Amino acid sequence: MPSQAESGLAWWLRRVGGTVVDAIVRLGYASRFAAAVLTHSGSAFRRFPLTLREIYFAGVLSLVIIIVSGTFVGMVLGLQGYDVLERYGSSEALGVLVSLSLVRELGPVVAALLFASRAGSAITAEIGLMKATEQLSAMEMMAVDPIARVVAPRFWGGVISMPILGLLFSTMGIFGGYLVGVKLIGIDAGAFWGQMQSAVDFQRDILNGVVKSLVFGAAVCLIAVFEGYDAPPTAEGVSGATTRTVVASSLAILGLDFILTVFMFRGLGL
Amino acid sequence: MTETTDDLVVLRELAFAYGERQVLHDINLRIPRGKVVGIMGGSGCGKTTILRLIGGQLRASMGEVRVAGEVVAELDRDRLYALRRKIGMLFQFGALFTDMTVFDNVAFPMREHTELPEEVIRDLVLLKLHAVGLRGAAQLRPSELSGGMARRVALARAISLDPMLVMYDEPFAGLDPISLGVVGQLIRRLNDALGITSVVVTHDVYESLKIVDYLYFISDGRVVASGTPAEVRSSTMPFVHQFVNGEPDGPVPFHYPALPLTEELMYAEPG
Repeated sequence: MPSQAESGLAWWLRRVGGTVVDAIVRLGYASRFAAAVLTHSGSAFRRFPLTLREIYFAGVLSLVIIIVSGTFVGMVLGLQGYDVLERYGSSEALGVLVSLSLVRELGPVVAALLFASRAGSAITAEIGLMKATEQLSAMEMMAVDPIARVVAPRFWGGVISMPILGLLFSTMGIFGGYLVGVKLIGIDAGAFWGQMQSAVDFQRDILNGVVKSLVFGAAVCLIAVFEGYDAPPTAEGVSGATTRTVVASSLAILGLDFILTVFMFRGLGL
Repeated sequence: MTETTDDLVVLRELAFAYGERQVLHDINLRIPRGKVVGIMGGSGCGKTTILRLIGGQLRASMGEVRVAGEVVAELDRDRLYALRRKIGMLFQFGALFTDMTVFDNVAFPMREHTELPEEVIRDLVLLKLHAVGLRGAAQLRPSELSGGMARRVALARAISLDPMLVMYDEPFAGLDPISLGVVGQLIRRLNDALGITSVVVTHDVYESLKIVDYLYFISDGRVVASGTPAEVRSSTMPFVHQFVNGEPDGPVPFHYPALPLTEELMYAEPG
């Protein structure tokens, strides 16, 4: 509450300043945490079964949502794309439209958004609850570093899973577009695949998409493990951290996507 | 107690604060080898903080903690971890790893710190579980255990690397009378059979008086009394008397500090 001696404006300025300083402090803490995760990553690769287990939880268990969503997004793209392309008499280009939209943008971005809500939130909740029930503290007392044993395998498990999930999303999307375009509407299959093959470049389109997925995966997993590790050890603390993971990851994915797109396709005169 | 070379843990003029809040002041305390020592006090008096200082999870703002002759705060990470391998700790609610079976929980420290073949680990784990009476529960998950069983599994895990020191954080909290007696007896028996030293932080007077060799009372972050169970029972000190007899009011007030009731009721602003 503003006191009588302090004007409303000063109070607001003080609040805004406090919020900004807090945010910067937290960002600094998160950066130090990220550095610690990277320097303790040796065990995630030396003892690969630990990471393999996390690839199962983050990656394999996300397969259903990725496959189903990918197929539907591709089918919708097929319908909408055909509707527009047909006006200009170029409905055979549907394969190009569907594949480029998916491989360049929708595959990496939508797969990462789904991954953040499916796997990122689970990672945060798991680490947060391990902290709340003193499991991380117990590990420390057993002379086992929780960052090396718990955090790093989850981080790398997610980073490895993300590009694979992104590619799978795009593949299923193209299949969905094929179903709608060729099987339902009746576009010539040869034109659909042939134009797609000549238009999609491996390095410019597919590889850039994979790079995007990798960056999104690293961002989502870092946010997820940090929020979990930093969560106040209470029920509200863990639920708040889980929400922050999904919100912060989604914003990070969309922001990073813009930046990466600018760098990747600037040379194309876009 | 006077300081001797037989003391495994020595706390000297120890002070600790969480930010602005001073939790411990000028704590002097010794834990002799081979003994079970109780640290007793009300909730929130800084007992658990003492265990965290001994284990090096917190750093004291003043004074020092020595464990086996080494000043804990001066150890680098590797040496601190080497020391922790020789210390077992039982957390308040067990802190078992919920994603592993009972067997894997007890095997965890062995798998992390030794190169023992899996067959040897299997035998050792079963022996440890047998010592706490839960060999038959090896394949259960922590979620399938009762509170008392979870505490015993955590105890088996705490002794899995044959430590020199085991620290118990509220081992009796939330247990039924039978489990309470079982855990109490286990602490004593394991201490004597394995030749370890035990520190039991608790507020359960009745149970701990049965098993400890020596007791320290902490109140408001200070050691206010100490003695053997016999001395404690016959103590006339107001604090010890209030604590041992569970009286609601005394040197430890019933009321949290507040304005006098009449003042608060008469002059309180609505809303």
